[in-house]
Amino acid sequence: MEEILKIVDLVVKFSLRGRVLTAIRGASLTLNQGETLAIVGESGSGKSVFCKSFIGMLDNNGWVDSGHIFFEGKDMAPYTKERDWLAIRGKKIAMVFQDPMTALNPLRTVGLQIQEVIELHQRLRGGEARQRTYEILKDVGIDDVEMRYKQYPHEFSGGMRQRVVIAIAMACQARILVCDEPTTALDVTIQAQILQLIRDLQHKYNLTVIYITHDLGVVANVADRVAVMYAGDIIECGTAEEVFYNPQHPYTWALLSSLPQLGIKGEPLYSIKGTPPNLFQEIKGDAFAPRNPQALKIDFLERPPAFQVSPTHFAKTWLLDPRAPKLQPPPAIMALRAKFSEVS
Amino acid sequence: MAYDYNSSKPPLLEVRNMRVEFRVAGRRTPFVAVRDINFAIHEGETFGLVGESGSGKTTIGRAIIRINPLAEGEVIFQGERISGKIPAELDRSVIQNIQMIFQDPMASLNERAKVDYIISEGLINLKLFKSEEERRAKVRQALLDVGLLPEFSSRFPHEFSGGQRQRIGVARALIMNPRFIIADEPISALDVSIRAQVLNLLSQLQKERGLTYLIIAHDLSVMRFITDRIAVISKGVIVELADTEELFAHPLHPYTQALLSAVPSPDPIVERQKKLLVYDPSQHRYSESPPSWREVTPRHYVLANDEEADSYRTRLSPK
Repeated sequence: MEEILKIVDLVVKFSLRGRVLTAIRGASLTLNQGETLAIVGESGSGKSVFCKSFIGMLDNNGWVDSGHIFFEGKDMAPYTKERDWLAIRGKKIAMVFQDPMTALNPLRTVGLQIQEVIELHQRLRGGEARQRTYEILKDVGIDDVEMRYKQYPHEFSGGMRQRVVIAIAMACQARILVCDEPTTALDVTIQAQILQLIRDLQHKYNLTVIYITHDLGVVANVADRVAVMYAGDIIECGTAEEVFYNPQHPYTWALLSSLPQLGIKGEPLYSIKGTPPNLFQEIKGDAFAPRNPQALKIDFLERPPAFQVSPTHFAKTWLLDPRAPKLQPPPAIMALRAKFSEVS
Repeated sequence: MAYDYNSSKPPLLEVRNMRVEFRVAGRRTPFVAVRDINFAIHEGETFGLVGESGSGKTTIGRAIIRINPLAEGEVIFQGERISGKIPAELDRSVIQNIQMIFQDPMASLNERAKVDYIISEGLINLKLFKSEEERRAKVRQALLDVGLLPEFSSRFPHEFSGGQRQRIGVARALIMNPRFIIADEPISALDVSIRAQVLNLLSQLQKERGLTYLIIAHDLSVMRFITDRIAVISKGVIVELADTEELFAHPLHPYTQALLSAVPSPDPIVERQKKLLVYDPSQHRYSESPPSWREVTPRHYVLANDEEADSYRTRLSPK
């Protein structure tokens, strides 16, 4: 498998009211051509910032402090000029935004908003660009394209608007499509349709897709590989089967155990105590340790390195160190592991 | 957990033939948000109302708590009609006994008021305390009940996380000592790890105080975990109503089936084998024989015409 994007020890910082916040704390990730990767995490875990760092969309008060972002053999980490990013953003890596209600310009027709992107990225003009717009609208499952072309966003339903947002991203003919919570604003039936649409487009155009989401149901549906983010670091990453059925990091355990689908009716759900750490302060040891009732002593002292569980699976937890005590994961996780042995 | 339906006690809340209409500017005929809504909720039960956005589920909750007036029908609470014009005494009792928890804890708390005021606003409006000490004691207790510290009462909402804010929203409802709580999407705005905390809090309070809940949500996986019975609403009409497990085991109405087929599951194998069903309203032949609300098997209600009801019964009968 060909690596298309490789991120090594990325550190992203923001300056806020004279203080420095470390949003991404040395996260590493590789993305393979044609795969679907899901980045899961709670709000504030840094999943959106992480993705914005490799399309040059960090806010003005944020910067890549150290680390590397290799894309097509070039390191994009030192990019600071808008001109550098213009060759990447949209052209090579496009983004589908979360809320279709705000991602579209309410004052311009849907057709023109797509055509604008085609004219910019595909160097087509006039009638040709218009024809291409019709094709893209058809691609994303919109019928009656000639009428739809002339309509404004408010004449579209939520699901249809999300299709338009996807059409705009597709119009760039990018290699990587980053979808930031593409379905959270939508109903479950529509959500399923949009996920299917993205999957169809991915096959048709050989796209590599990154999903940013907190919905583990969506992740299970779409992902080939899953990366779990906590407090600005990717603490576990593996194939969907590995992360869902054989999770290693206590945070992944906690996240999965707290799902109502895995709970027993009438009994309290497993819930994570406390709050995520303050990223203004330096974090010592494992960032999840203060919320982990079974944390080891070393968790508070030293940051765990990435331990390889299988060639495709790593987790940053001291539990994987050969010297660590063998801890029993929560019951819900034990049940999942039984499933894992069935699968593999 | 399992609620005893054999008891002969009358339901705590009953909705009869509810119809809610909204005037639309520039149109003669009003928009019918919900119609022919009938259900009864028993004391101690958790009743769920599921539907897509725009289906009218929130309208029903708001009509019960009397934010939206009814165009037809009535709402009965503790044996008394509470919709339409009611005496002032009953009005007070309804305000005290039916409380609401809102969806977005970021939007539903007054940013300029301290927690102390937010929580005791209901008490102040109904003058439910004799002295300042009593009010303070009640606020303190309400905060403790939802797992917050009494010191928090002097802080502002922006100082709290989403989960804590939702607890403040729960404390504000609890302080009135209600019997019935309407929770409109109580956890959909919260993060995964915090959802569990709020769900646990709701069920713990129910156990301790015998509360009755109407939970309005679109997330069926959460509903399955917390509700005893579920009503499925589509385009302003309830299409199916059954015990939660029965509904998941034997969904009858094609809309319910479509909804269940789309529920995301945190299991890659299940998700990959998932087959989506699409609901097409034109599959019903209602112009020839209109549907009615009927009990297909005991306690399992569905909106169907004669032909459909027969096919549902054969599907359910053991072979």
